[in-house]
Amino acid sequence: MSALRVYVQGIGLLGPGLASWQVARAILSGAQPYVATSTVLPPPARLPPAERRRAGAAVKLALAVADEAVAQADIDPATLATVFTSSSGEGTNCHALCETLATPTPMVSPTRFTNSVHNAAAGCWHIAVASRASSTSLCAYDGSFGAGLIEAGSLVHATRAPLLLVASDSPYPEPLNATRPLPDHFGTALLLAPAPDGRTLAELTLSLRSTPGEPDDRDAPALDALRRAIPAARALPLLQALARPRAPRRLVIEAPPRLHVQVDLA
Amino acid sequence: MMKPLAITASTLTTALGAGRDATLAALRAQRSGLAPIRFERLPLRTWTGEVDGVDAIVLPGGLDEFDCRNNRLAWLGLQHDGFLDAVAAARDRWGAGRVGVFLGTSTSGLLQTERAYRRRGADGALPADFHYGPTQNTYSLADFVARALQLDGPGWVVSTACSSSAKVFGNAARLIDAGLIDAAVVGGVDSLCLTTLYGFNSLELLSGDICRPWDAARDGLSIGEAAAFALVERDTPSPQGWLLGVGESNDGHHMSTPHPEGAGAIAAMRQALLEAGLQAGDIDYINLHGTATPSNDAAEDRAVAAVFGAAVPCSSTKGATGHTLGAAGGVEALVSMLAIEHGLMPAGLNLVQRDPALQMNYLHENRDAPVRRVLSNSFGFGGSNASLVFGGIA
Repeated sequence: MSALRVYVQGIGLLGPGLASWQVARAILSGAQPYVATSTVLPPPARLPPAERRRAGAAVKLALAVADEAVAQADIDPATLATVFTSSSGEGTNCHALCETLATPTPMVSPTRFTNSVHNAAAGCWHIAVASRASSTSLCAYDGSFGAGLIEAGSLVHATRAPLLLVASDSPYPEPLNATRPLPDHFGTALLLAPAPDGRTLAELTLSLRSTPGEPDDRDAPALDALRRAIPAARALPLLQALARPRAPRRLVIEAPPRLHVQVDLA
Repeated sequence: MMKPLAITASTLTTALGAGRDATLAALRAQRSGLAPIRFERLPLRTWTGEVDGVDAIVLPGGLDEFDCRNNRLAWLGLQHDGFLDAVAAARDRWGAGRVGVFLGTSTSGLLQTERAYRRRGADGALPADFHYGPTQNTYSLADFVARALQLDGPGWVVSTACSSSAKVFGNAARLIDAGLIDAAVVGGVDSLCLTTLYGFNSLELLSGDICRPWDAARDGLSIGEAAAFALVERDTPSPQGWLLGVGESNDGHHMSTPHPEGAGAIAAMRQALLEAGLQAGDIDYINLHGTATPSNDAAEDRAVAAVFGAAVPCSSTKGATGHTLGAAGGVEALVSMLAIEHGLMPAGLNLVQRDPALQMNYLHENRDAPVRRVLSNSFGFGGSNASLVFGGIA
């Protein structure tokens, strides 16, 4: 076997001009125009008060899209395995630590250090929903979404259990932002299952290929620009296809290092 | 139950030395690689497991922009035990696009960024010679290694703190099982940097002395650095050993403190046994996570005893290598393979007064005995747990 089949049971989305999957569907399907506005991150209501205060942008973003995807499916999040994928993790903590460490007598905040790990969002989610299911956190730079999709597909294939995939990226503060400019926050989550049921939104067949796809976003140049600007937004062609139901489609998402994930949607 | 996965080549470089022979010799001699900190002349009272010679390493041609301590350590680590030749043979056999690269790291090339922040311009900008993507970004390690080894299969970095390079064995096993690839380079590299040294210090988790896993007076860890790599293949005529089972779980409890009863750790160990089709009694030796923090060793002791009972011989090798963080899972996987190949259960070093509250059969001297199967534990911040089971070729 060299293709992985998964079923989409729930979708979460938050990005500039895309306030949620429910709100953004009409934009992604082309029924409404895309208007870019800054991403507004909601407070992470699921977290206990202490964790809520400590939560940075990356945690808020990841938990918001995870929540939206899980809410659409009839599933207890305490049972869900997770794959979190991000190019940058929590850039604010990284910046604050590097600033402190450049001083002669560094006074490092233990909270900032603890929450600077790449798996901070995953750890917070599993605390919030009291889940002991397996979780991984990946990074593949601009191919991070593609990597997450392959990992999620292979996990669903191996475990025959549903899984939550969360892809999110937040900008660094300056001066790091100048070396890795990301214009805004963008996150998406997909709840993926091994078999279809009455709630299934789409069937995805994932395979690897060495050649890129044909560009097919000429009708939505602003969304294509967003896709290129933020690694997690490499998911946009898939989200656009999911927003237009009943149209079998093939799309291609870049995957690391020089591969592409072919997604056949039915 | 998972299909056993062949390990065809492996190599590790730690404070004990470069390569498997140097590591085995140090383990046999019960010698620690830890020493009072020299790194960057930092004014910290702690011990570290620094790898000799990293500064002098020159990266292969064309990959200059990847230059940072972490990738230098990776390149140093790849030079031993015929690993480059073994990867080249796998590339020829399966094709470059069918060999994946899955590596763990926690801090990647972050030292490069820490140094750049000391050289900011009058406008606050980082110096022009700082390259974010090939150094600081978490993916830098897998990107560098894939390019250096000329591998085009899928690749990424797993960064789940101190379980990272144990979990990558699972990535490779699943993708090979699904038919997406036929082989993979797995492992991990983590290198000393200020963030982890000052960060663990701020949490009061660094020992001022050499770390003493399972000791009554243990008071924290000693940080080390390491590169560990294994080549796994769908099949091979001459395996070095077998990956038999992978168990992964989450505590869902606290970001930096383990669950007191080790509930997540128990789940990971039980799943690893289940995947391997083994009973607890089939495991001859356990390589513990054993960081020497009071809370880790207490929780792990309870968790291991709950799954295996107290009699199975076990030890932490972090008294020898230090806690190599994102590389620890890979290092200890390969220590487990050495234990099987050479019938050596390595002692837990630096033990002065065994903690009477801990019940496991903790080895304070090397034991020479047949070792058929080993379980290796790796636990990390964010509550991330991974357990691996390895078996010999007999």
